[in-house]
Amino acid sequence: MKEEKIVTRDLTLYYGQKMALNSINIHIPEKEVTAFIGPSGCGKSTFLRCLNRMNDLIPSVKITGEIRIDNLDIYQKKIDVVNLRKKIGMVFQKSNPFAKSIFENIAYGPRINGISNMKALTEIVERSLQNAAIWDEVKDRMHDSALGLSGGQQQRLCIARTLAVEPEIILMDEPASALDPISTGKIEELIFQLKKDYTIVIVTHNMQQAARVSDHTAFFYLGELIEHGKTRKIFTTPDKKQTEEYITGRFG
Amino acid sequence: MKLKNKIIGGAITTASALSVVLIIAIIIIIIVVTVIGGKEKISWEFLTAFPRDGMMNGGIFPAIYGTALLVIIMSIAAVPFGAITAIYLSEYAHEKSWLAQTIRFAVRTLATIPSIIFGLFGLGFFVQFVGVGMDNWFLGGQLKWAQPNLLWASLTMALLTLPVVIVSVEEAIRTVPRELREASLALGATKWQTIKKVVIPGSISGIMTGTILAVSRGAGEVAPILFTGAAYSLATLPTSFSDQFMNLGYHIYVMSTQSSNVDQTLPIQFATTLVLLMLTFTLNLTAVLIRSSLRRRVK
Amino acid sequence: MLPFTFKSSPMNPDLAKNKFLFTADSLKKKFRLSEFLSEKIITSVAFLSIAVIILIFVFVFRESLPAFKPRGKQNIEQTSSSGNKPESYGSSDSAGALQKPESYNGAEPAAAANKPETYSGAEPVSKENKPESYGSVKDTSVSAEEVNPDSEFVAKDNNNEGTLGSLFSNEWYPVSENPRYGLFPLLIGTFKVTLIAMLFAAPIAILAALFSSCFAPPWLREWIKPAIELLAGFPSVVIGFFALMVMATVLQNLFGYQTRLNSFVGGIAMALAAIPIIFTITEDALTAIPVTFTEASLALGATKWQTAVFVILPAATPGIFAAVLLGVGRVFGETMIALMATGNAALSGLNPFESVRTLAATIGAEMAEVVFGDMHYGILFLIGSLLFIFNFSINAIAEFYVKGKLVKKIQGR
Repeated sequence: MKEEKIVTRDLTLYYGQKMALNSINIHIPEKEVTAFIGPSGCGKSTFLRCLNRMNDLIPSVKITGEIRIDNLDIYQKKIDVVNLRKKIGMVFQKSNPFAKSIFENIAYGPRINGISNMKALTEIVERSLQNAAIWDEVKDRMHDSALGLSGGQQQRLCIARTLAVEPEIILMDEPASALDPISTGKIEELIFQLKKDYTIVIVTHNMQQAARVSDHTAFFYLGELIEHGKTRKIFTTPDKKQTEEYITGRFG
Repeated sequence: MKLKNKIIGGAITTASALSVVLIIAIIIIIIVVTVIGGKEKISWEFLTAFPRDGMMNGGIFPAIYGTALLVIIMSIAAVPFGAITAIYLSEYAHEKSWLAQTIRFAVRTLATIPSIIFGLFGLGFFVQFVGVGMDNWFLGGQLKWAQPNLLWASLTMALLTLPVVIVSVEEAIRTVPRELREASLALGATKWQTIKKVVIPGSISGIMTGTILAVSRGAGEVAPILFTGAAYSLATLPTSFSDQFMNLGYHIYVMSTQSSNVDQTLPIQFATTLVLLMLTFTLNLTAVLIRSSLRRRVK
Repeated sequence: MLPFTFKSSPMNPDLAKNKFLFTADSLKKKFRLSEFLSEKIITSVAFLSIAVIILIFVFVFRESLPAFKPRGKQNIEQTSSSGNKPESYGSSDSAGALQKPESYNGAEPAAAANKPETYSGAEPVSKENKPESYGSVKDTSVSAEEVNPDSEFVAKDNNNEGTLGSLFSNEWYPVSENPRYGLFPLLIGTFKVTLIAMLFAAPIAILAALFSSCFAPPWLREWIKPAIELLAGFPSVVIGFFALMVMATVLQNLFGYQTRLNSFVGGIAMALAAIPIIFTITEDALTAIPVTFTEASLALGATKWQTAVFVILPAATPGIFAAVLLGVGRVFGETMIALMATGNAALSGLNPFESVRTLAATIGAEMAEVVFGDMHYGILFLIGSLLFIFNFSINAIAEFYVKGKLVKKIQGR
């Protein structure tokens, strides 16, 4: 049995007075792909953002409960959030490359970590772009603006940018929802490769994608974790009725 | 009834359209009149020579030079402070906090204070307080800084244009999308790193716009420098902060109201006005163009 | 398999040793000096704007204290011993080719026909095109030189008591043997100019804003707004010059009144300065009305103009009110146009075709001539303080009252 990388206990989140997450208890195994599924607005993205404490940026948010990574409670006061985020990467729904060159986008992470030696940076950038399966497409235009790439390429660029910081966990918030089927396929293939070395958590509203790509699935509904377990089980013989109704398309 | 409605409607639409036309016509008339009145005097010599024969001949170079110095020193003072304040308001301040609200109110108030009040402040604070203090502390009572001069006039002007810079820079900072900031933070950058590497580079055009608008304002305002440092007829160019200086706007004012031979100097007055008008007009136009291209980029 | 697997790198040296990354030790809260410093410095600088407002308050008021208790002679003696006289800054360093405005002394302006003080009697200006000389008049330099330079101090000292009450009188003669500081004519002058300016500026600007936001097609609106904002960029000295040289003559020929520079000319010139402000704020207010109002009205069969006049305009009333208020504030404190186009005579009649002197123009014209620290100096600063308070109040009213009303309107209370 794989190690439990992330374990949460009674995680609850309030936006001001409104409860958005209700007592989530989940464990996410290491070096596997876990998918969060559920209808829109049910809290899956919110929960994802709790894992790298991105919700800290919203002033009206209040969080109770525990999230432990490698058995370390990451919401303790003495935790350095900036360093935490270096070990957890995030890919957003809409690709957000910086208005810089392709090279500078990937080099951004290493630079803020203090690496300024050009040779080292070039090596890291090349490695990251290769691991993100986009090296061949951009190797001749490293100093062109990243904004000139297509949507699918930009998203893979963002994945490369995340890889450059060498995190252990990669969080993906609906990474392919804005992309065409071919680009989506490439991203899914990439996820398949990446899971050998990274723990991946992916939020998706596309059930087929979840079934294709993930090893574990968690079903969220209205801020609650209804069920989670091995993907094959969730999609064939789920325990809860609600899960079954969502899978079969009764609602959502 | 229908006809009456149509007439009223037509009247209102026409009246409002005519208002727009009227305003634009006034703008054009002012420009045209100034050009007609001043164009013969405009020449390279006019712009680079000193005045001669009691302002009846020669050029207005010292006024241009003085205005340029004023504006440069003013910008060095105003732009950094204004930009940093804008960064604070958009990146560090909690919107509902007392501090943020007060600062915004202060900025808005600064923006509507009549320019003559800034002149009074320049006199009462810079000349009479700081200047006197400096003379007493560093020069043992000798009179050097407790007088109107280039430095005090520039600082006074900097306060006047501070709100312009703050508003422009903040507007530009807000065009940097939230997602870029999030991407940077998710990569493990600190807040200041994000500001330095993502936000500021993304808002350079706003800083430029703010500077240009401030410069245009600083070049054209006369009331703040009436008694904080501007002079009408100086034999030499200012060489230090404690010197007085000539100024385009001030020159126009004095020449058109107090010179002894108005008819003869009339072409020079028009020409000087033309120079000032063209200068501020071009600066404003540039800023407007940058700003609208910025807005189009966001859309 | 990925082309490259984890390699040890400076970023995560623990990776190579296959240790856990998420340890209490490696994630210990770190103090970052640059973060700390940058936040502190940025916050402190932001305080500057508040500090400036407070300083302006303090120092403008501080310098008006001499109105009540003039500072003694020691200021003057001290400074007259050095080469630079504070009285005559502005043009003191001139090469001398031009006749400099000199400081007034006790000498009563007698013969100079163009002195503003003597306007109420004679009508010296005919329909010439020459601009009058005002404020620091060149003619008095003759009489000033004749008078014993010391007598100014003596004369002033004797007359400092008892003239404070003259603040409420109808005479503004600050530089006569018996200085009188009646604010009344200045107030009348300012009000006249402001009223005339508003009568012209408000309708034109509001109608133009109405056109721009309700009747004009979007592409036209993109051009109108920046075009009118260009007028805002005209320095007020340029507008003043235009008024002095061109408008004054045109209007005099058009209406045939006696005095070439008066509150009418000044008011219309000020209107030019106020129009962009009123236009911009009104336009913002009109376009801020939700498009749903327009849609609802048109769906009920109203025409464009009916919608504009009966739905949008009323809804934007608080904003329009604020726009006019701010226009008033602008005109009230405008100095250069007043100095150049109003004739600068402290008269208090109601005739719009008379010369006037505004509060701001008084400060602008006379501050260069006063002695630091004496009563006249203090009175001028006092006028400045009044202007400041007035502007501040207008601003506050425009903001709080208007915002409150606007919010209530949109929320339907």
